[in-house]
Amino acid sequence: MTEAAVCPVHQERDHPLHPPVGFPEAVGDGPVRMLWPNSVEAWIVSSYAGVRQVLSDPRFSTRKGGQPEMRTDAGETVLDPDQPGNINGIDGPEHMRLRRPLSRGFMVKRMNELRPRIQQIVDEHLDVMEAKGAPADLVTSLCLPLPSLVIAELLGVPPEHQELFQATAGDLFGKNGSKDEYLAHATRLAEVLAPIVAEKKAAGTNDDMIGLMANDTDFSMDELIFLCIGLLAAGHETTSNFLGLFTLHLFEKPDQLAILQRDPSRADVVVEELLRYTVGQLGGSGLIRRATEDVEVDGVLIRAGEWVSVSLMANLDEALCPRAEELDLERDAVSHLGFGFGPHQCLGANLARAELQIGLRSLFERFPGLRPAVPVTELRYRNDMITYGAAEIPVVW
Amino acid sequence: MTVRIDQDRCIGSGQCVLAAPDVFDQSDDDGTGLVLSAEPSAGLLPGVRHAVERCPAQAVTLEE
Repeated sequence: MTEAAVCPVHQERDHPLHPPVGFPEAVGDGPVRMLWPNSVEAWIVSSYAGVRQVLSDPRFSTRKGGQPEMRTDAGETVLDPDQPGNINGIDGPEHMRLRRPLSRGFMVKRMNELRPRIQQIVDEHLDVMEAKGAPADLVTSLCLPLPSLVIAELLGVPPEHQELFQATAGDLFGKNGSKDEYLAHATRLAEVLAPIVAEKKAAGTNDDMIGLMANDTDFSMDELIFLCIGLLAAGHETTSNFLGLFTLHLFEKPDQLAILQRDPSRADVVVEELLRYTVGQLGGSGLIRRATEDVEVDGVLIRAGEWVSVSLMANLDEALCPRAEELDLERDAVSHLGFGFGPHQCLGANLARAELQIGLRSLFERFPGLRPAVPVTELRYRNDMITYGAAEIPVVW
Repeated sequence: MTVRIDQDRCIGSGQCVLAAPDVFDQSDDDGTGLVLSAEPSAGLLPGVRHAVERCPAQAVTLEE
């Protein structure tokens, strides 16, 4: 076995929108073994073909327990591998049992039906931003409230709980807290969710996501609660960061912003390219799998029991598209890995697409002269979260 | 030319519907993919090939 390199598994960047320092060079030439902050070794795979293979081959399991991670300073595993409803920690038919009913809730046609409501929420927030006047913080004005309001409505969470969910979801994604703190946040959410789930179960309704899960599936109460926590947390954090990062990339590349502004009706294709590029530039290590048998990936033999981390920097691989390291908003949509790949591909991808398309298009239509009030490189970025993004984006117009 | 979806593999991601909305739909029962047109016209084939490529569960096939 080759000796593991000490990995640049960190979030230090010389430009806030570029990959962590040293990471592309360290992993670029194929699977390499890396030592993680919690002293666990893992292969890092970063080619387009390799990442697709690892994420879709059933010989790689997503079951966790003792995995390489950056979540806590102590390197503790915060989640019990047997946690009921942990959809990202199960494989095969068990996973399908949970995934399919949830997929139904995020169907393309359901998301399309939701578009007018998403547009309304965006417009209301842009109205307020405009009325208050410049400068405004884009993160609190639009990026954070949009996905959080939409996922809460989709789930059927009463509005009075939304502030708590937004605050706690942020805490759940913090990586510096201890296991006890993580569990305390999860318990607090569960206490609020349990009566809501019970009420919908009693009413027998299936017109929102919680009702659908409670009444049209065989999910246990523990599974229901944990799935709700997962959906709320994922809905709060990820899309908001990406709406902010997309805007920052466009601020840094005015020629690309001009392409969107010339033809805003192409927002769907533009968002696919921004997803590809932004996720690729985040670089770093990411989704974790474990080989259950010996498998060859990119010419390297990965032994049964070894951990593999796939880097979505694979989105910048020339095997995916020509000039893959460039953002080109005139490009047709390509099969990028921005939402992952394989059976665990992001469940909320179609919702995120709708929010990002409507949010980005409306933002630059309402404020054609939108620009950062502070240089992009001088903003504060949240390095303490598993998901990466700008803590605030002061803008003028 | 025959378009198929392997129902055992399908996770209901809807990527095929986004790639070729005239050829695919999703079941209201569980969100899994449905083939509306198993032998689509030549003009629809680029979309179908894109669906094959981007299906995360690799459940969509096109036999040519």
